[in-house]
Parts: sequence; C-alpha cells; structure tokens
Amino acid sequence: MIPPISKILFKHLTRGPHTLRNVPAPDPDGIEELARALGERVRERLGRSLSIREVDAGSCNGCELEIHAVNNPVYDLERFGIRFVASPRHADVLLVTGPVACNMAEALKRTYDATPAPKWVVAMGECALDGGCFKGSYAVLGGVHEVVPVDLHIPGCPPSPRQILSSLLALLDTAAAK
Amino acid sequence: MMGNVSLLDFLSSGHPVEGHRPWPRFRLDIRAWRALVGQLATSEWSVISLWGEPEEIHVALRDDESGQIAIASHPCPERWYVSLGRARPGVIRLERAAFDLWGLAPMGLEDRRPWLDHGRWPSRKPLASQPQPAAERPLTYDFLAAEGEGLHQIPVGPVHAGVIEPGHFRFHCQGEAVVRLEQRLGYVHKGIDGLLTERSVEDAARVAARVSGDATVAYSLAFARAVEAALGCEVPPRAHWLRALMAEMERIANHVFDIGAVCNDAAFAIMLSHMGVLREKILRANDALFGHRLLMDRVVPGGCARDLSEEGAEALKHLLHGFTKDFERAFKLYDNTPSLSDRTQGTGIANGSLVHRFGAGGFVGRASGRGHDSRKAPGYQPYDMLDLSIPVYAEGDVNARLMVRFDEVRESLGLITQILSDMPQGAFRAPLPSLAGEGLAVVESFRGEVMVWVRMDESGRVARAHAHDPSWFQWPLLEAAIEGNIVADFPLCNKSFNCSYSGADL
Repeated sequence: MIPPISKILFKHLTRGPHTLRNVPAPDPDGIEELARALGERVRERLGRSLSIREVDAGSCNGCELEIHAVNNPVYDLERFGIRFVASPRHADVLLVTGPVACNMAEALKRTYDATPAPKWVVAMGECALDGGCFKGSYAVLGGVHEVVPVDLHIPGCPPSPRQILSSLLALLDTAAAK
Repeated sequence: MMGNVSLLDFLSSGHPVEGHRPWPRFRLDIRAWRALVGQLATSEWSVISLWGEPEEIHVALRDDESGQIAIASHPCPERWYVSLGRARPGVIRLERAAFDLWGLAPMGLEDRRPWLDHGRWPSRKPLASQPQPAAERPLTYDFLAAEGEGLHQIPVGPVHAGVIEPGHFRFHCQGEAVVRLEQRLGYVHKGIDGLLTERSVEDAARVAARVSGDATVAYSLAFARAVEAALGCEVPPRAHWLRALMAEMERIANHVFDIGAVCNDAAFAIMLSHMGVLREKILRANDALFGHRLLMDRVVPGGCARDLSEEGAEALKHLLHGFTKDFERAFKLYDNTPSLSDRTQGTGIANGSLVHRFGAGGFVGRASGRGHDSRKAPGYQPYDMLDLSIPVYAEGDVNARLMVRFDEVRESLGLITQILSDMPQGAFRAPLPSLAGEGLAVVESFRGEVMVWVRMDESGRVARAHAHDPSWFQWPLLEAAIEGNIVADFPLCNKSFNCSYSGADL
C-alpha cells in the first residue's frame, strides 16, 4: 500500500498549492495612516521583511481565529516576508487584539517594552480601537492606545484575512517606499 | 436518608419563582440550601453553572437520571452562603469568581484565593451593591507549593509563544516530568455580567456573541433561546433549522482546526495545512451564505438575521460533497501515521471519574466516558427531528479527544445534509414582545454545554444575564491530565482540551 502521505504529496506536486493567487491590494487608508508614523530609515533596516508578535489583550478570540487563517495555505502570509514570531524581542510589529482588559494592561506594556525599536503597534478589531461592545466595562481600559501608542488600526469584528493581509502589506509597502 | 429523590421533588420544598421559563427556579432558605449541599454529595445531579447577584446566589442543576433542570437560588443579604465546592469540585472556581465579582462569600470553601480579581480593577467586588475601593497594588498569587529534591518551576504566560489567548501556567517539574500544573486565569476578564446588566436586547446580544468568539453561534443561540423563553416568544420553525445549520457549520470549522492544530503540536504540520484549507472552505461558505465568516450576530433573539437562499443551499450541498472526501483522506493520513499516533495515544489521560465529578462535557467528557450532549438532553429544536448519535470513548487520552472530533465532524456533515433536505419554508424571524420574565437556555457548542440565563424587565430590556462556558469544568481537568507527562507534551494536551480563556474569564 502507498502510505497516504505519499499520495497527498504527489497530488500537490501535480495540482499545485491551494494558495490564493490574486493578492489583495494594500489598503490605501492604512498607508496614509502609516505614512505619518514611519521614517526613512525604516526601509533600510527592514527591507521587505516583517516580524510580528501577536498580543491578545482581552479579545473574544475571534481575531485570533482570523490571524490563524492568514497563516493557512490559502493566504500564506509568509510568502510576503511577514511572519509571526514567538517573542517580542524578535518582533518589529506588535499586533494587539482586544479592548485591553485591566488584567492584561501590564503584560501588554511589558511586551511593548521588550520589543526593540524601531517598532510599530497595529491594533486589530473593533474593540482594540475604543473598546467596541465592551466599552464602559469596569474591567477594560477601552482601546490599545490607552496603554501603548498605536500606528495602524485594522477595522472589522473580526477583520477578514483579506483585510489583515492588505493592512499588513500596506505597512510593508510604506516601510519600503519611504 | 433522602434516597433517590428527583431534583424537582427535592427543590419543591423551596419557594417557586414566578415567570421563570422553560424550567423552574426555586428560592431556598438556609435550611433547604444546606440540605441541597448535603444532597449534592450523594446525588447524580450535575451543576450546570453557578453565579450571583448582589444579594443572591444561583445554581443551575440537572438531574442526569430524570433529565430535569432547575435553578436553586439562595438569598444571602449577609453576603455569605454555604459552599457547594466540597461536594462538586468543579464549582470551586465559580465560587471564587462569584466572591470576586459580587462579594458573596462561600462559607466552608478552603481555597479563598481571588480568581478573576487580579487587583487591577478600579474597584473590588465591582458588581456588588456597594463596590469596594480599588486594591492598593496588584495582588500576588500564592501558587500551591510542591517540594522535593530536584523540583523546579517553569512559569509560562500570560503572553504565550503562539497566537493564543493569555493565561498563566505554573509547572512544577521533576526533570522532564510535570509534577504539578497550576493555572492562573482571569487575564481576559471583560466584565461580561456587568455589560449584560440594564441593556437593550440588541446590545446584550452583541456582547453575548462575543463571550467566546470561536463559539459565537452557540452563545448567540443560547442567549436568543433564553430571551425567547423569558418572553414566551415562539420562533418560526424555519429559524430553528437555520440556527442548527449555522451551529453545525461552526462545530465543523472548529473541530477541523483543532485536529490540525493538535497534530501540528505533535510536529505533524501537514495536517494543519490540510485542515486549514478545509476550515477556510467552511468559513468562506459562511461568508457567502450568511455574510460573516464566523457567523457573528447571525442568530438573533426572535430568529435569524439572514435567510438561506435556494442557490445557497445547492452550493452548500456541492461544497460538502468535496469536503467529505478531503476530510476522510485526512483522517486516513492521521490513522496511518504511526509516528503521530505514538504522540497522541496514552498522552494526557483525563480520568473518567474526575470527568464525572467535574461534570465536564464536550470532547473532553466524551473522550472519557461521559456522553452528555445538550442536543439530546434536554434537546431542542430541530435536533428532536434529526438523526444524531453521540460518539463516546473511554481512553481519555489526546487520541480519544481527536477521535471524538473526527466522529462529530462526520455527524455534523450528516446533520447538515438532513437539514438541507428537510428544512421547512416560511418566515425566519419573529418580533419580540416587551414583557418581564426570566429565561434559561442550554445549547451544545463545539466545546460542550453553553448556558445563558436572562432576566427581562417590563420594557423588554435585559435587566441581568449570565453566560456560562463549558471550559469552567474542563480547565481543572487539564491540570490533572498533564500530571506525569513530559513538559514537551503540554502544548499537545492543552490544544486537545482547547479550553476557552475568554469564555471562562468572562
């Protein structure tokens, strides 16, 4: 019997990968927002590569599901040189989700402090902007900007993988073009 | 003394609360409450959830033998009550949480460490009638000690290495082996109970849909059913079927992703890729059919936000045909890879008697011999008209939890086929009346039983509500299951449990 893994590998050799071909265009709003935040030396330092550390600061885990999706073979974020890393010390970008629960504020601040400069903070999801539907609760601070400076916001609840991809590409393009 | 008394017979000594539907709620005095604590030690009743109000404690119970469900409430103007934790260890964290939120003290409970309160809120006991001033500095947490030669600690979190939710794990290890794991959660506490106080139904439904994002359909459904029960609102038949369709799509999407992620944690990344593609197919179908990839806010009180078109149903049938083929191919891959089985079999065994004592449900319960499923008991529409079987395994290891998921995906695919062929035509949403009342609903999420309780005021607003996540009773079992395993197998075990941080932190 041919083991199933050999069959699968062979199938993909002949039929090609699942990966999405028409790449979404970088989000123009995102570029503008970022243009203010980024300086010239960024391109020299980053080139076309970006390492992201994700921080869940109180999200409902919906955003995390879509972040996993941009890493699946269909969207395959890594082909753009963008990848998720395990430590803030390896990161250029913090991707922060959630309304910032009071219980996570210090962890978020410390993660930010552990990230080497130059660094950017991308707030992801409605509640990361201003608390969203959790706004007004005693247990949330109401937005990532309450704790760390935010460079770019990705709207949506949760943002779709296309939105995430186009926003991150905007980040990359701005960093490369400036 | 009591013999085999049924739950309703037992609670009938209390005072029935009017307008609580579909199951009764009884107010117990101190004597009856004490008797309840005694009875819980010997009876077969499961605790569904425990929560508070400023001067009352509630516990939702199910008599597993007769299937009866009821809420026992105990007024505690002095803000203390006799703890249920000794009889039902799964309740201990709930009691600690109720103390943090409402200031209701569980008398007789040994473990009085704060659970959700990290000393970082602007006030302590924030939901009590008179909240207390904020803590002067963040609270430290006394982890249980483990002593002995060569023992060392590994602290992990709250920010983890992967893209997962935050929580702290404290391992005590002897070389490679885990001697004790202790969890400290509460980092993503957002104050759901507070947000569900004095809210319009629409606002409250949005919050309820975001208690745990991966189970958003289940939470929306539980909230909707609780509101509809409180208001006595009849939902059009088609809405029940649409809801079941969405719930099964959610179950499939989560299960396939879990299967992939567990295998990935056993260094078998190809499975994650395949399952990622399968999951993406489901999410895109969700988006095309109902306008949201995760189906957030698509189940609403009164029915559904969107109908399914004829063409949509046809497209879904076509999609599922190919999906089933790919899924079975992936199952073969799992089943025929000995190096993978070597990691999953015999790893992270959740003991069956503990699973019963904690009342754990979902794949954690069903992999260790506890076959409870709310779609069967108490059951709700349209599952009473569908052919559904519940997979149960006895081994309790990572492999068994995966096998439950494989079987449940097949069941859900079958259910969707039945739903698409038998779904009645007609309206999919009914208007809500403005009435006062209380309602309770239990719904089976992919993870286990979700419960929502609501109290509506005369103007049709949500006066109070509580949402319960199945993870409350599964998290503690992970602590037990990891004991004696090597640290390197923790991600594997953790992912096979896949407990919700957000759902249990509220």
